[in-house]
Amino acid sequence: MFSVAIVSLTLLAFLLGLILGVAAKYLKVESDPLVSQIEDMLPGSQCGQCGFPGCKPAAKAIAHGESEVTICPPGGRSLASQLASLLGIEVDLSKVVDKPPMYAQVSEATCIGCTRCFKVCPTDAIIGGPKQIHAVFKDACTGCEACVDVCPTECLQMHIIETTLSSWTWPKPNTKALPPPIAA
Amino acid sequence: MKLFRFKGGVHPEANKIATGCKSITPFPIPDRLYLSVQQHIGAPAKTEVEIGQHVLKGELLAASQGMISAPIHAPTSGVVVDITEHTAPHPSGLPVRMIVIEPDGKDTWTKLDKIEQPFSLTPEEIAARVGEAGIVGLGGATFPSAVKLNLGKDNKIYTLIINGGECEPYLTCDDQLMRHRAEGIVDGIRLMLHGLQAPRALIAIEDNKPTAIKAMQKACEDIESIDVVVIPNLYPMGSEKQMIHLLTGMDIPAGKRSTDIGVLVHNVGTAYAVHRAIRYGEPLVSRIVTIGGKAIREPQNIDVPLGTLVSDLIEFCGGYKEKAERVLMGGPMMGQALPTTDVPIVKGSSGIIALTAKEIEQQQMMPCIRCGSCVNVCPCGLLPLEMANRARKGDIEGAQEFGLMDCISCGSCSYVCPSHIPLVQYFNYSKGIVASQQKEKTHQNEIRLLAQQRTERIEREKIAKAEAAAKRKAAREAKKAQKARELTS
Repeated sequence: MFSVAIVSLTLLAFLLGLILGVAAKYLKVESDPLVSQIEDMLPGSQCGQCGFPGCKPAAKAIAHGESEVTICPPGGRSLASQLASLLGIEVDLSKVVDKPPMYAQVSEATCIGCTRCFKVCPTDAIIGGPKQIHAVFKDACTGCEACVDVCPTECLQMHIIETTLSSWTWPKPNTKALPPPIAA
Repeated sequence: MKLFRFKGGVHPEANKIATGCKSITPFPIPDRLYLSVQQHIGAPAKTEVEIGQHVLKGELLAASQGMISAPIHAPTSGVVVDITEHTAPHPSGLPVRMIVIEPDGKDTWTKLDKIEQPFSLTPEEIAARVGEAGIVGLGGATFPSAVKLNLGKDNKIYTLIINGGECEPYLTCDDQLMRHRAEGIVDGIRLMLHGLQAPRALIAIEDNKPTAIKAMQKACEDIESIDVVVIPNLYPMGSEKQMIHLLTGMDIPAGKRSTDIGVLVHNVGTAYAVHRAIRYGEPLVSRIVTIGGKAIREPQNIDVPLGTLVSDLIEFCGGYKEKAERVLMGGPMMGQALPTTDVPIVKGSSGIIALTAKEIEQQQMMPCIRCGSCVNVCPCGLLPLEMANRARKGDIEGAQEFGLMDCISCGSCSYVCPSHIPLVQYFNYSKGIVASQQKEKTHQNEIRLLAQQRTERIEREKIAKAEAAAKRKAAREAKKAQKARELTS
């Protein structure tokens, strides 16, 4: 009786294993879930500062270990540490420069209306027409500097987004006042 | 009436005697008024006047824009001399846009829209008038009152609570208002009840204000729908969540509004402002401010035109008799330290408290001894020590798991902490981080959408171009074929 059970269960196990093996081969999921997970974490502005043509290729490269988790400048330190914890790797954050959030602004005195900048803007944040002064929508600008590189008259400048009453938050309380622990 | 005591709370020294017995002093028109366009929660008001323009008292200076906003009106007649950036009455000391008025001394009102029969107005009209008068929550939260009155449309309001708790030490402005302007407050409450179509209102007053209680009881003697409830003196009684719990026994679910459980809370000052706005058509252009603290020579309650500089007020009260170590706007528990006294009074300024070094008693912070005092006094039933530990390490998510977003920043925990740990400061810091993270996330989603739309647009253009090219090619070929046919024929 006992041997029948062993034999039937073993057969069942083999059979199920075979089905699973075949299914894994024929019903393979094409995309890597890790890639889409990383892509969701990236800023998604397709700015190209990492050297890849967009966020998806960058996510692929990060997932396959072909590039560092620190390649995304707009993401800064917080993104790098999030990616590192997702992939379970150690990362040296000291090299990552946390750039303050910036935005581009057109200097109206030198803009010649060449339309080059708004053709490269990844978020369509620049408006204007041929031979008309262009302007940047501050809220839609990601500070990727793509426009700065193509401007022939250097009229696009990057500015730091300043803290206003609505974006100000309380600083961390100063804990330096904490006295050293008393030795027993 | 049965009261439902909430857990926790503290009894800070009241210090209300210095200003509590003096009546409300009117304030002479100052030399200059600074009207901030951001005196409320929500979008800043949009400037509607130009430099050099003469305005009358009550004339619109800046209009509300967006869903949650409030207009600003001229507190006296005079000339707009400047529209500039000036230091905001805010702990950051950052500048904000302000309309500067030089009064002409005549204090002439603009034409006011008085109403003889306010109860014939529809609820929508009442809310609209309250909105046009620029009334915001005068307890200090400065949430636009019209928006709150309109919330009653989605949820039936069963109880309107009028908050006369004034649990903050030093402050007596609401106490004075109830003593001297009880009739106006009760009329304002009746108008609000009409606007909300609510059946009853409760005026909650702490038992340390017997004169105000008597005055209010007398004013609403013959009105069935309004009752005065005497509540125990305990901080933070004036907090919305705690007051609703005390009076109704109900709790607002986390992340929901009081209207979701059929209750709405308004401050007594707001009720009075509603009375002035509906009956007399007067917009909100002044408020009662308590000038107190042991550093002030003559502490008192003053009816101040909005936009008056704090330094002018302190001078009016005889200046300092001792060195003021810190000047607060609001009470000592939840008020905010001012970076300078060169800032104007705004709609939410309930008090200006100048504290001496002795009153502050700043002490060295020590390590947490896990005594649990903060847990005992937390009126929200949270574990402040655990939250602060996580916030200190930068683990904001961990702090959120311990209920950071349910904290009302009342400061009871910091008040009792024997180690003088800045607990509430840690929570304010953490909440700021959560808020900016959320903002960053929405911004990122918008950016993503923009980038996606751009790719789609480029794709569309490419297809359109290819189609146009194909069409041209077809036309060319047709022409060629025709030519060939012509040649052969």
